[in-house]
Amino acid sequence: MGARRAVENMTTNIAVKVENLYKVFGRKPKEAVKKLKAGSTRDQLPSHTTAAVIDASFEVKEGEIFVVMGLSGSGKSTLIRTLNGLWDATDGTVSLGGDKITGISAKHLREVRRKRVSMVFQHFALLPHRTVLENVAYPLEQQGVGKSERLASAAKMLKMVGLDGWGEKMPSELSGGMQQRVGIARALAADTDLLLMDEAFSALDPLIRREMQEQLVELQATLNKTIVFITHDLNEAMFLGDRIAVMRDGQIVQVGTPEEILTDPANDYVAQFVQDVDRARVLTASSVMEPTRAVIQANAGPRSALRTMRDQFLSAAIVTGRDRKVLGMITDRDALKLVRAGESSIEAKIQKLETVDRDTPLVDLFVPSVESRLPVAVTDPEHRLLGVIPRVTLLAALAQTNPPTEEMTILDKPLPSDVVEQALMSSPEVN
Amino acid sequence: MEFRIPIGDVAEDGVDWIVKNLDGLFRVLRAIFVEMYDAVEVVLSTPPFWVITIIVALIALLARGWQFMLGSVIGLLLIVAMDQWSNAMVTLALVLVATFWALVIALPLGIWAAKSHAFSNVIRPVLDFLQTMPAFVYLIPALMLFRVGVAPGIVATIIFALAPGVRFTELGIRSVDKEVVEAGQAFGSSPGRIMRQIELPLALPTIMAGVNQVIMLALSMVVIAGMVGAGGLGGDVIASLSRLDTALGVEAGLAVVILAMILDRLTNAFGKRSGLFALLMKKRKAAKTARQQELAA
Repeated sequence: MGARRAVENMTTNIAVKVENLYKVFGRKPKEAVKKLKAGSTRDQLPSHTTAAVIDASFEVKEGEIFVVMGLSGSGKSTLIRTLNGLWDATDGTVSLGGDKITGISAKHLREVRRKRVSMVFQHFALLPHRTVLENVAYPLEQQGVGKSERLASAAKMLKMVGLDGWGEKMPSELSGGMQQRVGIARALAADTDLLLMDEAFSALDPLIRREMQEQLVELQATLNKTIVFITHDLNEAMFLGDRIAVMRDGQIVQVGTPEEILTDPANDYVAQFVQDVDRARVLTASSVMEPTRAVIQANAGPRSALRTMRDQFLSAAIVTGRDRKVLGMITDRDALKLVRAGESSIEAKIQKLETVDRDTPLVDLFVPSVESRLPVAVTDPEHRLLGVIPRVTLLAALAQTNPPTEEMTILDKPLPSDVVEQALMSSPEVN
Repeated sequence: MEFRIPIGDVAEDGVDWIVKNLDGLFRVLRAIFVEMYDAVEVVLSTPPFWVITIIVALIALLARGWQFMLGSVIGLLLIVAMDQWSNAMVTLALVLVATFWALVIALPLGIWAAKSHAFSNVIRPVLDFLQTMPAFVYLIPALMLFRVGVAPGIVATIIFALAPGVRFTELGIRSVDKEVVEAGQAFGSSPGRIMRQIELPLALPTIMAGVNQVIMLALSMVVIAGMVGAGGLGGDVIASLSRLDTALGVEAGLAVVILAMILDRLTNAFGKRSGLFALLMKKRKAAKTARQQELAA
């Protein structure tokens, strides 16, 4: 998920802006839009009009992979085709990088398609009568690039997608996965900032699909295009998407990061949809962690450490430095020993504590969670403590239920409070 | 009184009016058809039969292979042996001229029909009319407009053979994979370039099937056109009919069949990759690939 992190460092210019977009097929589409705006539902329209997209509004940031997800008939393919004007919008606007492309002339629109948007198709849509190399060079041909120059850059693109030396073959001689790589190379050859991918991997078998998804993420890390990706496969959406728009019956029901969609579905439909997703691979540590209750500053004395643990009925606690960097953990038994010995610092007894980065997917949290005596500590890249994930929370996140409100991670029984009390009373006060 | 709508009379009046008022136009058309036919006929009839036979044999070899070449040569020699060679060349010239004009008219109409539903709806009944009207009926107005000779034969043939050219062109373009056309649009191609670079090349096999049909229909009509003095094999067929001359009828008829088979197999081969020509192209491509891989390595 390298792509996801890259976005955070980007300036957030808007690459695509869609406002109140409607697309209605059939007779009298404008009238249908009026009815929809007045509150009619899709089913109330006359039978010969189909509202494919209803009041869609969203923004795609530069450099992100924006996934539009929905079942067939949800209008996602129509939506993506309004982004390069293959369908003209019935109502509303589409802007690319601030320039409106709805309502412009056909000639101007072709110019936009040549220079600013390229597309990858579900069934590859390669020209069967041309060689692979000529196919990749096709967008450049439309841009008016000379023959030798365009073939040279097409060869470069083929190399980039790992099809070096296949240029003279005909598309039909290639496997599905390879054909789609040609499709991607062709779209990249156009050298546009925006890439539309319409169910690009849906026609491929699952193993190849996974491979292509990974290759796309890899490519995206170096190219940093803005990608609008259409899919009906939720796992694909979750894997690729920096943000996801969920569509149903022509409407966008939710836009959010994969985690937001999983953890905070906008309605029952989305909730039902995300039920089957492999949550362990999508959710990250930061999305399920809880605030830390038992944190002990490294410069605190053993007495206050012991008191903190006693107050919260804990057998161990995380120790952090002044800057909240995780230093390790300390147990109540060790703290007790220090108190009895009259030590003034807990540093000697700090034990090593495994921590995980906030972007770690849940699937990688099982081992640390089992091995650690404490809830797993979640840190940012600077190793500062952000929160903890008790085992119960981890399991609850996977089971898609709310974790119990009470912390129940008692690994070792805490010391009986009277023992602690006695130690605190009898030993000399140091601090 | 019996109820009757005089459609026939109306048509007759219409044709009469055209004959009276548009005579100049038809003179020009007649001149064009006759001149074209004469030119093609001279090219086909002037050289001795073996020159034409060798040329046909070479085309057959390139398009389909040696079996077809052998078959064509035997067929042509049979025509010579039946003393129908010059008739066959006349008929071939008529077919070529009529087919040329039929395609010149049919292809644009087919493209238009593929692009416009409205036009498609208009042209379809017209094509039905053209195809089902008994072929002889075309000869009557054609005869009045162009007078006896090759011109009415060619015109009747053009009209009769037109329909499959339009139909197959429309079908071919309509059945081009929509996503591929969309790809052309998505990369900013103009409609004209999409037609030239994507739709026509991909529709070509279907269009060629249409061309094949046009030629076959033209051949059958050219024989009927023998009735209006178009000459060639049709002239002999008609003559044999009026004289009940079985021998002549069989010989002229066989010559038509042989011509039909050669033309059919030949046009069938276009658009498919077969024969020596395809083999040579394949070799060239293989050599090119090898060279590129050497360069890459």
